[in-house]
Amino acid sequence: MSAPPAAASQASIAPGAAFIFKKALISALVALVLFSLMIGVRTEAGPQGQLIYWTRFGDLAAIVGVVFGGSIIVELLRQWWGPVGTIRVVPPAMQNALSIAGRLVAPVLLIFTFLVPVIFYNQRYILDLGILVLTYVMLGWGLNVVVGLAGLLDLGYVAFYAVGAYSYALLATIFGLSFWVCLPLAGILAACWGVLLGFPVLRLRGDYLAIVTLAFGEIIRLVIINWQSLTGGPNGVSGIPRPTLFGIPLTPGENGLAAKLGIEFSPTHRIVFLFYLILALALLTNWVTIRLRRLPIGRAWEALREDEVACRALGINTTTTKLTAFATGAMFGGFAGAFFATRQGFISPESFTFQESALVLAIVVLGGMGSQLGVALAALAMIGGFELFRGLDQYRMLVFGIAMVLLMIWRPRGLIGHRAPTVFLERNQAISSDLVKEGHG
Amino acid sequence: MSGDHILSVDHLSMRFGGIVAVNDLSFAAERRQITALIGPNGAGKTTVFNCITGFYKPSGGTMLLAHDDGRNIHLERLNDFRISKQAKVARTFQNIRLFPGMTALENLMVAQHNALMRASGLTFLGLIGAPSWRSAERRAIDLARAWLERIGLLDRADDAAGNLPYGDQRRLEIARAMCTEPALLCLDEPAAGLNARESAALSELLLAIRDTEGTSILLIEHDMSVVMEISDHVVVMDYGVKIAEGTPQVVRDDPKVIAAYLGADEEEAIAVMESGT
Repeated sequence: MSAPPAAASQASIAPGAAFIFKKALISALVALVLFSLMIGVRTEAGPQGQLIYWTRFGDLAAIVGVVFGGSIIVELLRQWWGPVGTIRVVPPAMQNALSIAGRLVAPVLLIFTFLVPVIFYNQRYILDLGILVLTYVMLGWGLNVVVGLAGLLDLGYVAFYAVGAYSYALLATIFGLSFWVCLPLAGILAACWGVLLGFPVLRLRGDYLAIVTLAFGEIIRLVIINWQSLTGGPNGVSGIPRPTLFGIPLTPGENGLAAKLGIEFSPTHRIVFLFYLILALALLTNWVTIRLRRLPIGRAWEALREDEVACRALGINTTTTKLTAFATGAMFGGFAGAFFATRQGFISPESFTFQESALVLAIVVLGGMGSQLGVALAALAMIGGFELFRGLDQYRMLVFGIAMVLLMIWRPRGLIGHRAPTVFLERNQAISSDLVKEGHG
Repeated sequence: MSGDHILSVDHLSMRFGGIVAVNDLSFAAERRQITALIGPNGAGKTTVFNCITGFYKPSGGTMLLAHDDGRNIHLERLNDFRISKQAKVARTFQNIRLFPGMTALENLMVAQHNALMRASGLTFLGLIGAPSWRSAERRAIDLARAWLERIGLLDRADDAAGNLPYGDQRRLEIARAMCTEPALLCLDEPAAGLNARESAALSELLLAIRDTEGTSILLIEHDMSVVMEISDHVVVMDYGVKIAEGTPQVVRDDPKVIAAYLGADEEEAIAVMESGT
């Protein structure tokens, strides 16, 4: 099943077009049958209780027309983005342009992200949104290790986020440790909890694993709520110290960064600093994940997702492999949690509900399990898109839901479903998403 | 029999509840030879394999693996991945179990996991890109490349394993098992689903593995042409017990084997077995 080269796709335009036309025709026919009574004929009870009806053939024709046209558009879009090996109607020149554009997405996005604080310096709202998106990008990348690479469905990822956040908040408020000391500690503590979660769930697969991880997330949250003497319970922890630039606080005082640099103090400095901080943390996550994928441990994760029995036959210790996946993912979640705590200055159990886990999991699934770029795009679409639809008021969730359903119809394996090989001899070619397994537990 | 056994199975039994899948089975596989385990469907061959390779814990009996360096390992005391890691027993599966979403090359790289894991300093040296790790990775790729060349898949190294034709997948699975550098290679029906030409190539590959790598091979096979051509020793099982063993010629002429294996019906087979014992 080799992908047809440019010449072949040129030749296959005619059957492709015929196929699309036929499909659109069938869709239109189905729509005609379906809507002819629902829309074509309108019935109502008359003033004397008799049945009166009138026809609306114009509306019916419009609907059928929309279905016909829409079907063609959907089919074209599917062929643009669809899996490798389908017949393509799109001209090769356009395809090449699209593939080049596809390769440029990541660097352009990265450069743009670096420039966001410069471009939107005076727009606090956009900077805050950027920080939020990047936090979810980082969480998505962290969970991607567990779900995307190792294929272990984790519904309680927010637990590690909470452990990281509370680790920093408590260490900083009780012992007065600085952010830069607490950050690795938060990661290590979260990783320990990851291993703790890993042990009981090692033998579980699929749905059972998901249920236990879900419960784990709830346990952590309930412990935080009820252990009032340590965590402050529902009141949370407040007065969490803001991060410093290696000891230099970003405050208006004499010791502040602004005073030392001899520039006028602005509260935006701290926002920009936080922006670059989370960007650095997210890029660290990305870099480590990319490196790990090319190391034996990363290949073992992916092999575990593909076939656990074969892994065991090859002498791979599946227990430690799973635990390292949980620990690595949890560690990144812990880092993100520590950042969250220092950004907010106040944390409470309300921030760590199941909804957060579901959101991060949705980002990973939507982005394409295992794909770093896909996860970043999905986080941007989910968090940014959610803000974008704010103007739609009560329809916001509806639009959002429809968008997600459509996306899953078009790209059932996520925005970027194909898998890039970790090592190659001659050709670095993507592996079609229908070959890559999702993992089973 | 020279008596130089790499694997000695003694009184092996495997029961699943009330069902006795393997009953008091004893046989030996000789070093640097190909031993075939044959028998009708449901005879318990794959169960024996699963016991040897640690997927099942046998209900009774011992399986002793004698390495070239004099180490003796009791396989029944190891489990799971340790059979492959410590005892150096590799296996393939009746229904191919490659990593379909990974390339052929990646499949062979995963097989070298334990060696690479050590070389990467449990990931930490690898993470910082230490030179020792880089050279180890290059060597691993070279080994994988050599195996791909031997099985004739070098030009498809970067294709997904799930995209390869069936016969290629079979050979790739054997190459992957060989990349763990095993002392004993267990093959579960390697010729199943192959055409005559592919089975001939497979026989050649297995003989080459025996002769150049010095790996002992234990195989389950239904394809008698393969068994008769390459086996040095054949063990025949039926209903969980051994009914015959010997060279391919001896086994082929054994009336019990003919009755059990070559199409006598059940009653006849039992009659023959009873008269034989």
